[in-house]
Amino acid sequence: MKPAAFEYVRPTTLAEALAALDHDDAKLLAGGQSLVPMMNFRLVQPERIVDINHVAELRGIVEDGDAVRIGALTRHAEAARDPLLARMLPVVAEAMANVAHVAIRNRGTIGGSLCHADPSAEWPLLTVLLDASIDIASAAGRRSEPGDGFFIAPLVTALEDGEIVVAVRVPRPAPGTGMAFLEVAQRAGDFAAAAAGATVRLDGDRIVEARLALGGVADAPMRLAAIEAALAGADRRDIADAVADAAADLEPNDDMHASADYRRRLIPVLARRALERAAERSSTLAMVK
Amino acid sequence: MSEIDITLTLNGEEVRARAEPRMLASDFLRDRLRCTGTHVGCEHGVCGACTIRLDGVTARACLLFAAQLDGARVDTVEGLGTVRNLHPIQEAFRRHHALQCGFCTPGFLMTVAEILETHPLRTDEEIRDALSGNLCRCTGYEHIVRAVRDLVDARDGVTA
Repeated sequence: MKPAAFEYVRPTTLAEALAALDHDDAKLLAGGQSLVPMMNFRLVQPERIVDINHVAELRGIVEDGDAVRIGALTRHAEAARDPLLARMLPVVAEAMANVAHVAIRNRGTIGGSLCHADPSAEWPLLTVLLDASIDIASAAGRRSEPGDGFFIAPLVTALEDGEIVVAVRVPRPAPGTGMAFLEVAQRAGDFAAAAAGATVRLDGDRIVEARLALGGVADAPMRLAAIEAALAGADRRDIADAVADAAADLEPNDDMHASADYRRRLIPVLARRALERAAERSSTLAMVK
Repeated sequence: MSEIDITLTLNGEEVRARAEPRMLASDFLRDRLRCTGTHVGCEHGVCGACTIRLDGVTARACLLFAAQLDGARVDTVEGLGTVRNLHPIQEAFRRHHALQCGFCTPGFLMTVAEILETHPLRTDEEIRDALSGNLCRCTGYEHIVRAVRDLVDARDGVTA
């Protein structure tokens, strides 16, 4: 239960971090809440650890045009209590309440969660739900990857060697958009057996736009485009019918957290609750206005 | 791999020691700095026994490397109170019999110190949720919740 020896490097700028990453067997250390357990079990034994916790360029939550830019080094607890996110994207705080436990939320980072790419984790699901893109830096320059192209398989992303995730950029939702996130886990803080996120914008009882994303039910978080299309223009009371067969085309995993059959039963229930909750919130926003 | 110098502020005092970068912060605190109040349980971030405060917020010491403590402010259970002069949190745990074997207690105390500052803890359910990252294998949770309820009432000026 002790990690193998490694060389420790602590850059303070992004340029230094990229230079330190130019090595055959280097790993970035952000919050360390997934990497360090894997090192303690010696599932991974990197030769060099690049501790990016002191790179200021990776921090901060700011408005940037029609989007909010969340630095990759933002801790889950910081995101949960950030006033800008509370105003623009209240679903973030709702999702963060499901991330592990207090001490882990204090350390774990958005960038770490995205790069670890656990299919049941909260940040990957939010990224896909909110049409966010991921800002990536390397020695060659900068690029941006849409959330739905970033997550390839469990623990596999589109990130190349020598690249660092610097931020996630979330477009500002249209005014009046209600959002919701919920998940089912065996115990508080455990990995989700299944999770659902939704956004709904209503005009009266008519759904103008709905988005639905699921986590923990496939190799990567996914949007349910057919249900979204069916809901556009529908009455909010049609949500239950629209999601009744949500699990039909899915082949969720059988694992220690939940059986595939249980997940198949959870999917329409979580989808309906997330969409109905988001619709209710959209309706409340319309009344406040 | 060779040892490096690590300087940190531990419970308000500057201390210095040498360690390999890979040494876990929990081992560094216990074996190099002789602060054995931080307990080592699972060593993979599940049990919460090694909870410390790093730059003011709780963290699992078993998920930190000694090298990361260089330049940091670290608070451990040794900074709370002493046997003759218990901290109010320790006194509440004593009063409510909130420990049996005591192995998990330092981690619980450090978590409680933080959540009293950051969490409303209006209901017992909220207290249980905030404590859910700390495991007690004597399963004495009920008395721990009572101790925290007492501390929350004192914090909020509620009289029984």
